[in-house]
Amino acid sequence: MKLKRDNFTLLSVLTLIIFTAPIILGYLWLFISTFSERTYGLKPVDVDGNLGGFTLKNWAFLAEPDIWLITLNTFLLATFLTMGVLLISSLAGYALSRVNFRGRKTFLSMTLILHAFPSVTLLIAIYFVLRFISDIPLLGALFGYNTIGGVVLISIALQLPLGIWLMKGFFDGVSWDLERAALIDGCSRWRCWWQIMVPQIKPGLAALSIFSFMTGWSSFLIPYTFLTKGNKAVLSTYLNAMMSSDTVSIQYGILAAIGLFQLIPILLFYSFTQKYLMKIFSGGSHGGV
Amino acid sequence: MDVKLKNLTKKFGAETAVDKMNLDIKDGEFVAFLGPSGCGKTTTLLMTAGIYKPDNGEIIFGDRLVNKVQPKDRNIGMVFQSYALYPHMSVYENIVFSMKLQKKSKKEMMLEADRVAGLLGIGTLLKRKPGQLSGGQQQRVALGRALIKKPELLLFDEPLSNLDARLRITMRSEIKRLQRDLGITSIYVTHDQVEAMTMADRVAVMKDGKLQAFMPPVELHEKPRTKFIAQFVGNPPMNFFDVELKSEGQNMQAFHSKFTLNLDSGRIPGRGGKNVVLGIRPEDIAIDPSSDIKAEILIVEPLGRDDLLQCRIGDLDISILADPKEKHRSGDMIGLDMDSRSFQFFDPESDQSLLWY
Ligand SMILES: Nc1ncnc2c1ncn2[C@@H]1O[C@H](COP(=O)(O)OP(=O)(O)O)[C@@H](O)[C@H]1O
Ligand SMILES: [Mg+2]
Repeated sequence: MKLKRDNFTLLSVLTLIIFTAPIILGYLWLFISTFSERTYGLKPVDVDGNLGGFTLKNWAFLAEPDIWLITLNTFLLATFLTMGVLLISSLAGYALSRVNFRGRKTFLSMTLILHAFPSVTLLIAIYFVLRFISDIPLLGALFGYNTIGGVVLISIALQLPLGIWLMKGFFDGVSWDLERAALIDGCSRWRCWWQIMVPQIKPGLAALSIFSFMTGWSSFLIPYTFLTKGNKAVLSTYLNAMMSSDTVSIQYGILAAIGLFQLIPILLFYSFTQKYLMKIFSGGSHGGV
Repeated sequence: MDVKLKNLTKKFGAETAVDKMNLDIKDGEFVAFLGPSGCGKTTTLLMTAGIYKPDNGEIIFGDRLVNKVQPKDRNIGMVFQSYALYPHMSVYENIVFSMKLQKKSKKEMMLEADRVAGLLGIGTLLKRKPGQLSGGQQQRVALGRALIKKPELLLFDEPLSNLDARLRITMRSEIKRLQRDLGITSIYVTHDQVEAMTMADRVAVMKDGKLQAFMPPVELHEKPRTKFIAQFVGNPPMNFFDVELKSEGQNMQAFHSKFTLNLDSGRIPGRGGKNVVLGIRPEDIAIDPSSDIKAEILIVEPLGRDDLLQCRIGDLDISILADPKEKHRSGDMIGLDMDSRSFQFFDPESDQSLLWY
C-alpha cells in the first residue's frame, strides 16, 4: 500500500519536473549568463570557449546613477498604480455588489467591454487627454503629459475594469448577514465596508495587488509613449533600449542581468502576498462561517 | 418594549413579499413568525431591524415611530441562521464589537463580556476564532453578541436550522429560558412548527406575505382559523376530506361517499353551505374493530412512541396514529372511529374555518 503511494508521488513529481523543466532551465540560464562572459548552452565559458569566464561586468550597470532613478520611477509607478487600483476597485466593487442604483447593470457590462479594448487603440486619445490635463494649473504638473503621475493615472484607468470585476466577485461571496449584523451592531456603511467587508476579501486584494504591481512594474507601452525621457523612463524601456541599440551588438549578458534585476521585486512581492493568494484556491478564509 | 406593526408592506419589484401586516406585540412577549419558506418572515424581520425600508405602513417601538431610524439606533439584537460572526475577529472581539463602536472602556467591555459569556457558557471560548467553533458554539456566541447590548428587542431568524436535531432541542429550551429570565421582547422566525409551538407565547402564522393568525400555540392548534393553519400546525398533519352535511331529525350528519359520520351537537358549523371540508387530526382517530368505517393499511411508519398508519378508504387517504404494541401491518383491514368532538370544518372555496371566526 505504502509502496504504491510512493510510486504515485514519484510519478507526479516526475511529471511536474518534465513540464516545468523548460522554464526552470530558462531561469537557470538567465542566472548563469549574468555572471559569465558568454555561455555555451548552460555552460559558462570565456572568450576562447573554455569553461570559466566568471565575471561581474554584466552587473556594472548597477553602478550608474541612472539605473537607480529608473528603478525608483518604476517602483513609484507600480506602487501608486497598485494603491490606486486597490482603493478604487474595492470601493466600486462593493457598491456594485451591494448597492442597487440606477444604471448598475449597464455600468457592469460597459466595464467588461472596456476591459476587452487593447490599450494601443487608445494611445492617441489618451495623449489628448493628458495634454488637456497639462493645461490645468496645479494638476498639470502632477498628472499631465510627461509626468509619472499621468502615467500612473492612465495605468490605473486601464487596470480598473479587471480590478472592479474581481472585487465585485469577491464581495458577492461575502454573506449579507455579516453586513446586516454589523449595521445592527452600530457600524456606519463606511465602517462596515472597512472593518467587516474588506477583511473578508483579503485574498482578492492580494491577487489584485500582485496583478497590478506586476503590470505597473513591467509596463512598457504607456511609459514609453507618454514619458519623453523615453529609454530612461522605466526599467522596461531601458531594457528595450539595450535590445535595440544599433551601434553595438546585443550584449546578452547585460540584458540577462537587467532582466534578473527587474524580476527581484516581483519575487519579493509574491512571497509576501502568496499566503493570501493560496487561500483563493483553497476555498477562502471563511473556515466554517 | 412593545412593538406594533401597522399595515406593513414590502414589495420587491412587482412581487409583494409582505402584505399589510398588522401585529401588536406586548412588552416581554416571545412571538414566533411561522410559515413556509418564502412567505415573507425574514423580510418582516429585516424591516423591524431597519435593514429593509418598508414600502408602506408603520413600525412602532413603544410609542416611537422608527420607520426612518437606522438599525444601530433601534437598540435591537439579532441572531441569524448563518450565525454571521465576524470571521476575522476572536469570539471576544465579536461579542464586544458593538460596545467598541460605542467607545466603551476596556474594563466595561471585559465586565460585560464576562457577564454574557457566563449566561451562555462560552467563557472558555473567548480567545478562539469563529472558524474554530462548532455550530452550536457559534450560535451561542451570536446570541452573546446580540445580548451584550441589552437590547429592548431580540430578533431571531431561524437560528437553529443549521444545528443537528439534538442540539436544536437543548438550544430551544435554553433560548426560551434566557428570554424569560431577561424579559426581552422577542421575535423568532421559524418554518418549524414544533419550534414555534413550544417556544412562543403567541404565534403569527404567515402565508404568501399575509398574516393568517396571531394567537397562543394551543389556540392555534385547537382552533385553526383557516385550512392552511390546520394543515401547517400539528404533526402529523391533519386529514381533510369533502363531506355533505344533512340533518337527520335532531342530529346532523356528514356524508362521505364511503361513510357517514354523526356530528357532535356542540361542534356544528355556524355558517357555510352543505358542502364543507372536514378536518380531523390523526391522533383523534381511534381503531375500533366494531366500526363500520373500514380502512386498509398501506404503510406503517414507526415514529417511536406511536406508529403512523397511512390508510385508505376507497380512494380517500387518511393517516392515523396507533399504539406500536398492536403491531399493525400493511395490508391489514381496520375499523376507524373518528372523534366527532375534534372535527374541524372549512369552507371549500375560501378555506376559512366554519367553527372559529
Ligand atoms: N432582497 C430581495 N430581493 C428580491 N426579492 C426578495 C428579496 N428578499 C426576499 N425576496 C422575496 O420575497 C419573498 C419573501 O422572502 P423571505 O422574507 O426571505 O421569506 P422567508 O424568510 O419567509 O422564507 C420571497 O418570494 C423572496 O423571493
Ligand atoms: Mg427566511
